[in-house]
Amino acid sequence: MHNHIVKSYDMEFAELDRLTAQMGGLAEKQLADAFAALDRRDSKLAKAAVASDKAIDNLEQQVQERAIAMIAKRQPLANDLRHIMTVLKIASDLERVGDLAKNIAKRALAVADETHPKPLMSGLRHMTELAMKQLKDVLDALSTLDAAKAREVWHSDAGLDALYNSVFRELLTYMMEDPRNIGLCTHLLFGAKNIERIGDHTTNIAENICYLVEGVAMNEERPKNDETSTMIVPNPSA
Amino acid sequence: MEALALDMTVSKRIETERTAAVTAAAKPAKVVARDVNVYYGEKHALKHVDVDIPDRGVMAFIGPSGCGKSTFLRCINRMNDTIPTCRVTGRITIDNRDIYDPELDVVQLRARVGMVFQKPNPFPKSIYDNVAYGPRIHGLAPTKADLDQIVTASLEKAGLWGEVKDRLLESGTGLSGGQQQRLCIARAIAVDPEVILMDEPCSALDPIATAKIETLIDELRTNYCIIIVTHSMQQAARVSQRTAFFHLGTLVEDGPTQQIFSMPRDQRTQDYITGRFG
Repeated sequence: MHNHIVKSYDMEFAELDRLTAQMGGLAEKQLADAFAALDRRDSKLAKAAVASDKAIDNLEQQVQERAIAMIAKRQPLANDLRHIMTVLKIASDLERVGDLAKNIAKRALAVADETHPKPLMSGLRHMTELAMKQLKDVLDALSTLDAAKAREVWHSDAGLDALYNSVFRELLTYMMEDPRNIGLCTHLLFGAKNIERIGDHTTNIAENICYLVEGVAMNEERPKNDETSTMIVPNPSA
Repeated sequence: MEALALDMTVSKRIETERTAAVTAAAKPAKVVARDVNVYYGEKHALKHVDVDIPDRGVMAFIGPSGCGKSTFLRCINRMNDTIPTCRVTGRITIDNRDIYDPELDVVQLRARVGMVFQKPNPFPKSIYDNVAYGPRIHGLAPTKADLDQIVTASLEKAGLWGEVKDRLLESGTGLSGGQQQRLCIARAIAVDPEVILMDEPCSALDPIATAKIETLIDELRTNYCIIIVTHSMQQAARVSQRTAFFHLGTLVEDGPTQQIFSMPRDQRTQDYITGRFG
């Protein structure tokens, strides 16, 4: 990828990639911590996960500043130009992942004193595991510029959507069974939605990796399995 | 509202550019080269070049120094004829007419194929005479009024009229570098050529003068077939619709400029335009 005649240009790319990788690592950790805090009702961990968002935001700003400076200084072309532009977009996706994880951590704080019904958390746990795997795989694909691996992530997002549908249905049912569950379940529902959105950001990143490597935008129809926008659960008393 | 209107013009312009690049490729080419080889004595400087250059558009030649792009440019108006050890083989046609046909009048050819050089080279004559020189020797202006008209029109097309109209009798060499270069362009278009060759026309100019020449090239392309050799990748990207990359005497690849600079097919092209070898 590198080997420019101007060595400092190579170093700028290395730095840009390092910052992006660091953002990815932080986003992974933040999501893991946010879910653990929710699962274990651990307020301390939740607060730490909320606070760590600042670091991701700072990194995104650094990526942006460096990318703009590189464009101004080097007038990049071809794969160099795609590299800088995709890193910019990927950084903004990772920043969003951080925001969504932070939101889960905040909800963990809000429901810290409630008891969580075990089966509910298992759905969310499964979703988090899938999202974590997608995030990890897509970051690996980025560091190795592996378009095939990025495509796998892209396809796997349908599984996360399907899982989200069932968690959504489950949470609605709980709320109908006992209105005292509504507070907790609403927070969990938003948590599940956040994880589903994190999956969407990993698919964005996967698309950008394919564009970076192959030079053409992916124009396949995205695998969309999220049916919750049109979903209702019949009232059991009706 | 104004911003929106501007946006519309920009997007319309981009669309027109895109169609222009597509139709340019589909139209019959103005200049066609087939298996062109150039030797300087024993040295094989240009190897088996095949290229189609469309009319009414700008084609840029890029490549490292010594890659053969200027050599090829000079084949198109047979300037290489003036180098004693130089030998050209293969076939170059303009409008299907072989320009190396022994019966062809080289002076006439050079009137049809104008050239602008890296260093502005106005004659040590007045601004007026610089532009009038070509029409006079080619007998294009029967009367003084005709000649005045050609000089005015050429200076206007070259975007220089406003700056020199009150001092046409002053020496051309007294102008600034950028003005001199536009004077040379005016001189080139005064004989009503069909093809204009430009060999690094902006490399001796400051950014403002460069911007003026680039604007001019953009306007001239609606009427002429323009071929420009440039070392500035950004300039090639800005002014041309098609780009050809030369390396070690061969034409490595040519295609729509947008494609060459965003997704070149050949690794050598990519390495060159991204600054990986020189």
